[in-house]
Order: sequence, then C-alpha cells, then structure tokens
Amino acid sequence: MAETATPAETAHVDRVRGARRSPAEHLADAFTSGSVPGTVTLTEIPYQAMVGLRVDRTSDAGARVASVTGGLPAACGDVTGTGSVNTLWLGPTEFMVVAPEEAHDSLGGSLVSDLTTALGNDAGQVVDLSANRTTFELSGSHARAVLEKTCALDLHPRVFKAGTAVSTELAHIPVMLWKTSDETYRIFPRASFADFLGRWLLDAMREYASPEVP
Amino acid sequence: MLLISCPNCGPRDETEFHYGGQAHVAYPESPNDLTDREWAEYLFYRENTKGTFAERWVHSTGCRQWFNMLRDTVTYEIHSIYGMGQPRPELQASAASAGASKSDPTQPGEFTQSGDFGQASAPGLAPGATAPTATTPISSEGV
Repeated sequence: MAETATPAETAHVDRVRGARRSPAEHLADAFTSGSVPGTVTLTEIPYQAMVGLRVDRTSDAGARVASVTGGLPAACGDVTGTGSVNTLWLGPTEFMVVAPEEAHDSLGGSLVSDLTTALGNDAGQVVDLSANRTTFELSGSHARAVLEKTCALDLHPRVFKAGTAVSTELAHIPVMLWKTSDETYRIFPRASFADFLGRWLLDAMREYASPEVP
Repeated sequence: MLLISCPNCGPRDETEFHYGGQAHVAYPESPNDLTDREWAEYLFYRENTKGTFAERWVHSTGCRQWFNMLRDTVTYEIHSIYGMGQPRPELQASAASAGASKSDPTQPGEFTQSGDFGQASAPGLAPGATAPTATTPISSEGV
C-alpha cells in the first residue's frame, strides 16, 4: 500500500496520524527539561505497533508465526528478532511483538495481517495491542540507578543483560522492562499508567540534575 | 514480603503474585448427586491449616501461569513449588517439623472436610485438633 498509495490514501493516513494523542504526550516538555544529558534521559517513543500473540511455539502454527516475527522467544527474558521487529516473551505461550508504527496495517504495513494469516485457523490468537501500551526510553549512565529505586529485580549487568526483557513491576504498576543496550531501557507501561510512571520517573531523575553531594 | 520462585520466571516479589487458595480441591465426580450441604462445602469450605499447607498461586504480573506451593502458614517458609496437576510432594521429616505442623496435612488429591458445622473445627479452640473428617464421593484427581 505504501508504494501504491493514492493521494486520498495518503491523506487518510495523515489524518489518522494527526488525530492520535499518545498517552504521555502532555509530558513531552517535562521529559525534555527533566532529562540530564549524559546522565539520564527520558523520552517517549509513541505509537509503536504492538501485537499480542498466543500460540504454542512448538506447533506448526508457532513455526509459521515465528517465520513472520523472526523467531519466538523460548524462555523468560528472551527477545527474538533482528532490526526493528522484535518479540518479547510474556509467558510460555504468550508473546508481544514490538515494531515501528509504520509496520501497522493502518499506516501501510502488514504486520497484523501477516501474523493473522500465519496463525490461520489454528489454536491461538493475534491481537493488535498497539494502543494498549506506550514506550518510554530511559537511557544514560544513571538509568539503572533510577530504575533501582523501585524495581525489585537485580538489574546489575551480570544478571540483567542487554537484550533481555521481563514483565515486572515498577512503582507498583505492571510493566514490561526491556534492556535494549548497556545503558538503555525501554519501559512499556499500559496507557493509563503512562502519566503516573512518567511523573514518577521524572521525580526519580531529579536528583541527578544537581551536583553530587560528597 | 515473600520471595517466590516462579517456575517460569525465577524469584520475584510476592506483590507480583496472586493467591489462589487451597490446592488439590478436586471437582466433584458427580456434582448432581451432592446434597446442598456437600456442594456448599465443596465450594466454600477450606482447610485452615496451621503448618504446612498446599496452595495455588498465579504469577499475575509476569507469566500469568498458575502453580502450586507448599508453604508453612506459621513460618512462611516455602517448602516446595510444583506445577499444576502434580501431586503434593512428600516433605522430608526435617522440613515438615520446621514449622508448627501439628494438624494433619491433607492427603494428596483428597478433599476432606468437617463432618458437621459444630465446634470441633472452631478456630482458636483447639488448633492442634483435627476435625472429624469424611471423604466425600468426589474425584481423587488433584487439580
């Protein structure tokens, strides 16, 4: 569709994009002013395409779905996929595919329809959850220190390695926490928790804007 | 705060879990044959064990899977974590005596209940005493 989009279709896509409001959009300025470049920065990555998958990864349908997503993770913490489309482990038969917004069918992609086709009539489900969660990116040398104020998991790099994603609690709300690189974390709170978690993280980041007290 | 080792996700805080009540309460084999009292006892009556207790938990913030746990209700010590459908594991004597396990642990897959609603099972009066038990005509398959 993207290649052959008529002007009317392009206008429709633009209208869809213009009408959207991301869950933490109203905090964008606060995120900018609350970030401490080089130490810890917080940004929202809005509108990522997300698809909830339920399928037995050892079944035929699981293999077909895996061929679309670039593999299905086998155990807690695993993330599969290369490049922009990644699949996070939620449970033994439950996964979440995260992709750029352009992968969504309404914006010219084919992620949801490809997955639906791959699953076919077999047991399982493919659900478009793009509006369910938003994405925060917390990065910088003190990103782990911010998370450790609330996360009960061991976030030390010897345990929580880059390329690992877990479902856990931050500030008493359920989130997915994905460590995308050594100093970068992507946090997926539900949309209704985005305001709370955004403000919570801003508050936790505040001390790093001041000189360290000896 | 309990630190519970989810079979899928490893050790996590208790706040990530939800409690599912007593484990191994089997669905009656022929529920239509039960009297109202037996049905009510199946639905609502549970052991109030002081000591080692088999119970169900779900990792609701993580993998959303159910599992069974053998926990001491006095010391909060977690003796064993095992999957759904598996029988209650036998405890070593040392582990069983670690807590105040005075009351008879329910046998695996067996649903016992008080024979009447009388004082024999009144909580607080005789914590060590086991109420008269009667096995109801129900499945012996653990859940």
